[in-house]
Amino acid sequence: MIEVIGVTKVFPGPDMDFTALGGVSLTVQDNEFFTLLGPSGCGKTTLLRVIAGFEYPTSGSVLLDGKDLLAQPPYRRPVNTVFQSYALFPHMSVAENIAFGLEMLNKPKAEIRKTVADMLDLVRMTPMADRKTSEISGGQQQRVALARALAPRPKVLLLDEPLSALDYKLRKDMQLELKRLQAETGITFIFVTHDQEEALTMSDRIAVMNAGTVRQIGSPREIYDQPSERFVADFIGETNFITADLVGVEGDGSGLVRVRLAGGVETHVQAPSSDLASAMSNGPVTLAIRPEHAILVDEPQGLLKGALENVVYFGTDTHFHVALDDGGLFVLRQQNQPGQRSDMSVGDRVGLSLGRGVGQILRD
Amino acid sequence: MARTFDIRRQTGFPAIAMACFILLYLPIILLVAYSFNAGSSVAVWEGFSWRWYASAWENDQVRAATVRSLILALSATVLATACAVPAALAMARPGRFKGQGLIFGLINQPLMVPEIVTAVALLIVFAAVKVATGYTGMGYLILAHSAFCIPFAYMPIKARLAGMDRALEQAGQDLYGTPFRVFLRITLPQLWPGILAGAMLAFVISLDDVVITEFVKSAGQDTLPTYMLGQLRRVVTPEVNAIATVLLGISVVMVVAFFFLSKSRK
Repeated sequence: MIEVIGVTKVFPGPDMDFTALGGVSLTVQDNEFFTLLGPSGCGKTTLLRVIAGFEYPTSGSVLLDGKDLLAQPPYRRPVNTVFQSYALFPHMSVAENIAFGLEMLNKPKAEIRKTVADMLDLVRMTPMADRKTSEISGGQQQRVALARALAPRPKVLLLDEPLSALDYKLRKDMQLELKRLQAETGITFIFVTHDQEEALTMSDRIAVMNAGTVRQIGSPREIYDQPSERFVADFIGETNFITADLVGVEGDGSGLVRVRLAGGVETHVQAPSSDLASAMSNGPVTLAIRPEHAILVDEPQGLLKGALENVVYFGTDTHFHVALDDGGLFVLRQQNQPGQRSDMSVGDRVGLSLGRGVGQILRD
Repeated sequence: MARTFDIRRQTGFPAIAMACFILLYLPIILLVAYSFNAGSSVAVWEGFSWRWYASAWENDQVRAATVRSLILALSATVLATACAVPAALAMARPGRFKGQGLIFGLINQPLMVPEIVTAVALLIVFAAVKVATGYTGMGYLILAHSAFCIPFAYMPIKARLAGMDRALEQAGQDLYGTPFRVFLRITLPQLWPGILAGAMLAFVISLDDVVITEFVKSAGQDTLPTYMLGQLRRVVTPEVNAIATVLLGISVVMVVAFFFLSKSRK
């Protein structure tokens, strides 16, 4: 278990200091696939480098199984890194690269040979064992970097945007491969990415970061369905933001609250979290609604009404851009069915229907 | 499509370029050609012969100067490279520090201060040391050559370090390598081409030096270049051409090797 407690990192600058991490606390469980997700410059890589030992935090502490990790130099931490650039040793063969960590740990020769063979097998690189690292493809280099970091059996594997250099198809394959490796080795993975789709498909839990702070931690489903604030809702997937008035809290513990929408209609939506629901006071709030959670209906049946502004065909689904009567734009996504024909055209009056509990009130 | 300015299309450019190349290489070609002259003139061709190479080979003074030049160049190369490697590591590795630009300038002093100034300065200091200690051996030449060879050894090593991915060393540490083992197993093997290139450049520079050597050497410490200079003052025979051609050959080999080492993939 890794515990990051109140870690800050300030880089002194000539004109102004830069706060890369502004008090980050989080806990990663054993055997968890944990993702740090955020835009570039949000501090996710800095946090990874603090755990690896390449940066020393300005304040705070990092514990591994209850022991202080910061007291150890990088070469004594049972933590290995897969670098964004892979950082394979160019003067060594594939097998020599994988053996390096074991040699530095002074393992017996026979054990090194066996582990290297196992690792080559694990990442399906056995036929390439004696190749130079410059003679293999990007995807293969990626797998060697993984094998090299996994070979010493670290307690935690840190992955710094390892898939960003691969093309789309290879990236998809490697995502599955990484999940398989994590399951087979039982090692805790801390994965850094700015790709929200990657984070959603691979992670057990995600920490969404912005400007050096953690904005929300949760399972992919929680992060997607119940974003706690506007930044998270906006960064993960596509979201419509509409304003409404909070008019009442349900006392049934469902976490639902009643809001009045622009047209005067009332509906039930999610509070930022169920324990917060009872503490909320009436007044204006911002709602986040996913494009696929609203349903396009005839105008009279709609909770929200507007005119169809644009219809964009995307293959698997179609996006309907609706200009709401109160001035906002709402994007709605509908999955395409075989043989389906849309009789709606630009300029038509339409309504948007929301199921009970669809829509999430954002904090602030 | 708008064409950008192309110097090669300007009037007279080919002629000027050709003239420059002729001026650079014709004298060298003539020098090499006359080293094979059968006669004893450096201007009148009398047929092909190896006699001046044989004559130089049998000349005890040339042999002594050659040995001295090689000892000097090798010693200076080793010393200069030994200084340049840690200097490059200190300048390139731990990140920027205060006064880095100043130190960079100081290391490269021999490239900026006119050689004759350094030569006179060394002459004065070494003269005082000679009087004080009575030592008149090769040590002065070796020290002087090492000093002005340092920037030539330093440059390729620093370039190599600058082009090296920091992540490699971090990966080494991440994989349980102590800083010293990472230096031996990761940094040094990566640095070798740069070190060799720097050493070869230093060797060629030392082998070729006249000004500082002329000022610093004691009596009877002629190197090949200063011996040739001395010969030219008396009688000029194609023997000087022959020695020069051999020196040229060594330099060309070294520079070509330097070129390929600097280019070699990491």
